[in-house]
Amino acid sequence: MQDQDALFQFLLRMGDNTLVLGHRVSEWCGVSPVLEEDIALANTALDMIGQTQFWLGLAGEVEGKGRTADDLAFLRDVWDFRNVLLVELPNGDFGQTLMRQFLFDAWASIMLGHLMTSTDKRVADIAEKASKEVAYHVERSAGTVVGLGDGTPESHAKMQAALDLLYPYVGELFESDDVDAAMVSAGIAPDPASLRDAYDALIERVLTEATLTVPASKFTHKGGRTGYMHTEHLGHMLTQMQWLQRAYPGATW
Amino acid sequence: MYAQLVKTAGSGVKSREEMSENEQDFQNRVDADQKIEPKDWMPDDYRATLIRQIGQHAHSEIVGQLPEGNWITRAPTLERKAILLAKVQDEAGHGLYLYCAAETLGVTRDELTEELLSGRMKYSSIFNYPTLNWADIGAVGWLVDGAAIMNQVPLQRTSYGPYSRAMIRICKEESFHQRQGYDIMMKMAQGTDAQKKMAQDALNRLWYPSLMMFGPSDKDSVHSAQSLAWKIKIDTNDELRQRFVDQTVPQAKYLGLTIPDENLKWNEERGAHDYSDPNWSEFFDVIKGNGPCNTDRMNTRIKAWEDGAWVREGLMAHADKKAARKQAMTAAE
Amino acid sequence: MSKEWPLWEIFIRGQHGMSHRHVGSLHAPDEEMAIKNARDVYTRRNEGVSIWVVEAKHISASSPEEKGPLYEPSNSKVYRHPTFFDIPEDVGHM
Repeated sequence: MQDQDALFQFLLRMGDNTLVLGHRVSEWCGVSPVLEEDIALANTALDMIGQTQFWLGLAGEVEGKGRTADDLAFLRDVWDFRNVLLVELPNGDFGQTLMRQFLFDAWASIMLGHLMTSTDKRVADIAEKASKEVAYHVERSAGTVVGLGDGTPESHAKMQAALDLLYPYVGELFESDDVDAAMVSAGIAPDPASLRDAYDALIERVLTEATLTVPASKFTHKGGRTGYMHTEHLGHMLTQMQWLQRAYPGATW
Repeated sequence: MYAQLVKTAGSGVKSREEMSENEQDFQNRVDADQKIEPKDWMPDDYRATLIRQIGQHAHSEIVGQLPEGNWITRAPTLERKAILLAKVQDEAGHGLYLYCAAETLGVTRDELTEELLSGRMKYSSIFNYPTLNWADIGAVGWLVDGAAIMNQVPLQRTSYGPYSRAMIRICKEESFHQRQGYDIMMKMAQGTDAQKKMAQDALNRLWYPSLMMFGPSDKDSVHSAQSLAWKIKIDTNDELRQRFVDQTVPQAKYLGLTIPDENLKWNEERGAHDYSDPNWSEFFDVIKGNGPCNTDRMNTRIKAWEDGAWVREGLMAHADKKAARKQAMTAAE
Repeated sequence: MSKEWPLWEIFIRGQHGMSHRHVGSLHAPDEEMAIKNARDVYTRRNEGVSIWVVEAKHISASSPEEKGPLYEPSNSKVYRHPTFFDIPEDVGHM
């Protein structure tokens, strides 16, 4: 695989994760359980949309075909998306959304820490900015997971159900393939598999405090980050997200 | 205006002779532009009216999140999505500031929420209209926020301290809202034929509902004299509406859009535009619950509140457990 | 109705070494969440670098001048907002 192709794929993976999850989180705007949470979730979504502009902007630059971040976000179809399946799943209830956020934030905080020392300065710069934001995201989502896990019997049960549902999607974050091998050899990004121990330690600490039990099975759903097979949910998300760009091609907004 | 048809408590403006000593002191302070603070003596009717007005204003902010939130997931670019989300988030913040201001009067946010969800308290009629195309998001910022700002800028001088301070903060944050709306309108008006059509369509549908935001004509507004005397209302409905029309006409012209009013014309003698009244029977229908979106808006708020109950309870239960553990540890030392 | 989250008063110190100022209030289940909520609610535009939170019920406030028998102490919750910062009326924008 050509280095530039691999870098392009890697950047799509980073940018599509934040694009899709930022979109999902933005769906909560106006209907959260309490105003303070509504405002906090919007901040998280805004940070992720901002990160998307950086990642996909750089992806377009690396690709060298003149595509902008908006072109990549609004004019690709499902099979070209490279996000992990975890982030495209529907929000479910508030607990499920926050559990997904925590499982993602924990990975992002570790990943971005490594990317700050990337040999590609453009990647390192984005990672440095994003890691400050994600440090707060993970603090907040972890706090909420603990609060709800160790809250009422009802909130505990809902959080355990959310973890049981989402945990089988966690493994995909640590899959490695040719793209990752190329990134490792160029010193641009770490091998995802190498992040797993730090990740397990982090989530175990938080989930224990939340009195939740990590499922024993390590089975993992995958296919998103390679583009091999997404869930049915992503297509529906895109029909909404891309509607105006698709219906009125060439317009300036 | 986010607080329409707020019924002023009491029986109207009292003469000096009718006022008690406390009432006279109070009115003197208001007349001297001194702020009334939470622990100060205030007439019961002043307190009751303020709770209604600030509460209605707060409800309008959070229900107002919904028509614009309707387009967050369909915003056409990443930048537009971020701007819109930030704007709707600001509205949640404004609701929060206003609920806090109301709480200084001795009512809780939960109590006010219950009043909203049971239909006993209202929110601005404008949010019972739908947002149907992307230009509506521009028009809401341009017209609806424009109308709101017209009302809120003078309210920064309102007599009640916490309300005034909330309005100052809100106006400061609101300044970008109208501009982003107009910016969308410019893009649409200068865009493709389809975009121009969307822009005109949005103006056609939102013009009269925007005029309704200022409430019925002064001659039909009961008790507004008392609210003006208390300085919780600064200008009359018709004054604000006229100012809004005069401000908006050249802006529409710049966009090349037509305001849907055949009677709209400059009146040299008055130094102001003549314009057609909105259909007030439609306004009262909307207020009574028969607007195009009343049912949807209320159902959305009720569902969000009910679905969120376990979250609010769960986090509170955790905080209580934590406090109990801390106390037990301190006791053991 | 379930128990409402307590009310907290929020004080923020900005960039320029000024003392903490009262900026407003919010609800949160405990002090940790109050600080996080304050960050999200009151520093959305980079307003602050340091946040203090105080549960409103722990604030003692001076009483306004006693104004005779008609003064009604019934406004039991008003200690919530004792020390809003003063802003000259004409400032408009902070």
